[in-house]
Amino acid sequence: MTRPGPLPSAARAIVKGDRRALARAITAIENGDPAADPVLRALYPRTRGVPVVGIAGPLGVGKSSLINALVAKLRTEGRTVAVVAVDPSSPFSGGSVLGDRIRFERSADDTGVFFRSMASRGAAGGLAAATLEATRLLDAAGFDVVLVETVGSGQVDVAIREVATTRVVVVVPHLGDEVQTLKAGLFEIADVFCVNKVDLPGADLARRDLDDLVALGSWPGGWTPVVVGTSTAPPSGLDDLWAAVEAHERHLDASGGRAADERRRLSGEIVGLVRDRVGRDLIDRLERDPELRRLLDRVVARSLDPRAAADRLLASSRRSR
Amino acid sequence: MGVTTRPRRTSPIRVLIAKPGLDGHDRGAKVVARALRDAGMEVIYTGLRQSPEEIVRAALEEDVDLIGLSILSGAHMALFPRVLALLKRQRAASVPVFAGGIIPDEDAKRLKRAGIRAIFGPGTSLGEIVSTAEKLARSRA
Ligand SMILES: Nc1nc2c(ncn2[C@@H]2O[C@H](COP(=O)(O)OP(=O)(O)OP(=O)(O)O)[C@@H](O)[C@H]2O)c(=O)[nH]1
Ligand SMILES: [Mg+2]
Repeated sequence: MTRPGPLPSAARAIVKGDRRALARAITAIENGDPAADPVLRALYPRTRGVPVVGIAGPLGVGKSSLINALVAKLRTEGRTVAVVAVDPSSPFSGGSVLGDRIRFERSADDTGVFFRSMASRGAAGGLAAATLEATRLLDAAGFDVVLVETVGSGQVDVAIREVATTRVVVVVPHLGDEVQTLKAGLFEIADVFCVNKVDLPGADLARRDLDDLVALGSWPGGWTPVVVGTSTAPPSGLDDLWAAVEAHERHLDASGGRAADERRRLSGEIVGLVRDRVGRDLIDRLERDPELRRLLDRVVARSLDPRAAADRLLASSRRSR
Repeated sequence: MGVTTRPRRTSPIRVLIAKPGLDGHDRGAKVVARALRDAGMEVIYTGLRQSPEEIVRAALEEDVDLIGLSILSGAHMALFPRVLALLKRQRAASVPVFAGGIIPDEDAKRLKRAGIRAIFGPGTSLGEIVSTAEKLARSRA
């Protein structure tokens, strides 16, 4: 139940600007710690639906550098900003080196910024399972804008659709041509195309190619992606980039797209939560089921195949529910 | 959201590896970061020339279980105690700090008395660093 009333102390601390409470709550979400539950529930009604801007695109195109530049710009304008930067977890060790913070250059005493690195922990789609709920806490904590950096695999950073209100897809000149971008599915998620590193040769060509692709496409939501060129050093085009993001945010309000998108995202989230819970319960039950061992013996002995074993296990777990 | 079912409960150790001081080499820090990752930890790597203020702020935002400082420049006697003092001021003195680099024995003794929990010289094996880091992180919980 989402009901008004006294906030749990961690939620109260977060709303009051306690950054450590915020950091700890994000950890709790990441770890599947039940302590996150009351905080998320209490703070949901306090979220305002601030712009969540996704910065997606292949490895090394300058996503973190752009975020650093955007943070600097937004801070000059007096807006507060939170960043969630996702990097991949090793499928072997489960460990991760989270390096996006290297590009982050804010002075340590600027309390209007919050930067959190996050490991993907095996989630598909270029984000972590905890990213969405983390952005929600950041919204409730009062930040004016949330920036989310995807893993940067390029091929599959599609989860940003479920988290961001505006998606920026970053590419660079000579990335291995724009056809690659199309194939990767990034084209379907972009509200803004950002050709970064325009200081390098080939930038004009890359922009023209993207312009052509945009002109050829059909855009059901009534929004045609904007193509901008940027470089972070020397800085250029950053105002254009942010103007494009704001134009898209305005479009969302004017077209009713914001509400429609939100409904779509929330529906996906709720279904996802149910699936997680049902899946976990089922897996727990199956792993404890003595029948699993018996079936496994038969599969090993080749007297049953894995699909038939799965059928039987599912059937028996439905009966025993 | 994603295709994967969210795991029930996992809490990998989160560790900040920071490089205070002005020296421009972070090979050692990167090697340690990699070893900790291979041991299953989430390593937040902040890059070169971090001030103690930046390090402590990053540690709190990232909610790490552990901080590792790497230094070659010889400024450890100024920078390490500053990190400890800032942690204390933020009521985060329970976050263990270890250090690596070129640190004379005499200094190492004093730094340990000041609260640096472990100090690794240039010859230390990665295995020893990893197992100490695990022990320190666990000692906190
Ligand atoms: N020439 C040029 N180099 C840039 C520019 N922006 C970033 N870079 C460089 O590109 C490299 C990668 O930058 P990052 O900001 O770390 O890129 P990223 O997309 O966040 O990288 P991952 O997170 O690893 O995918 C760094 O060496 C940057 O210095 C730019 O505008 N021009
Ligand atoms: Mg990055």
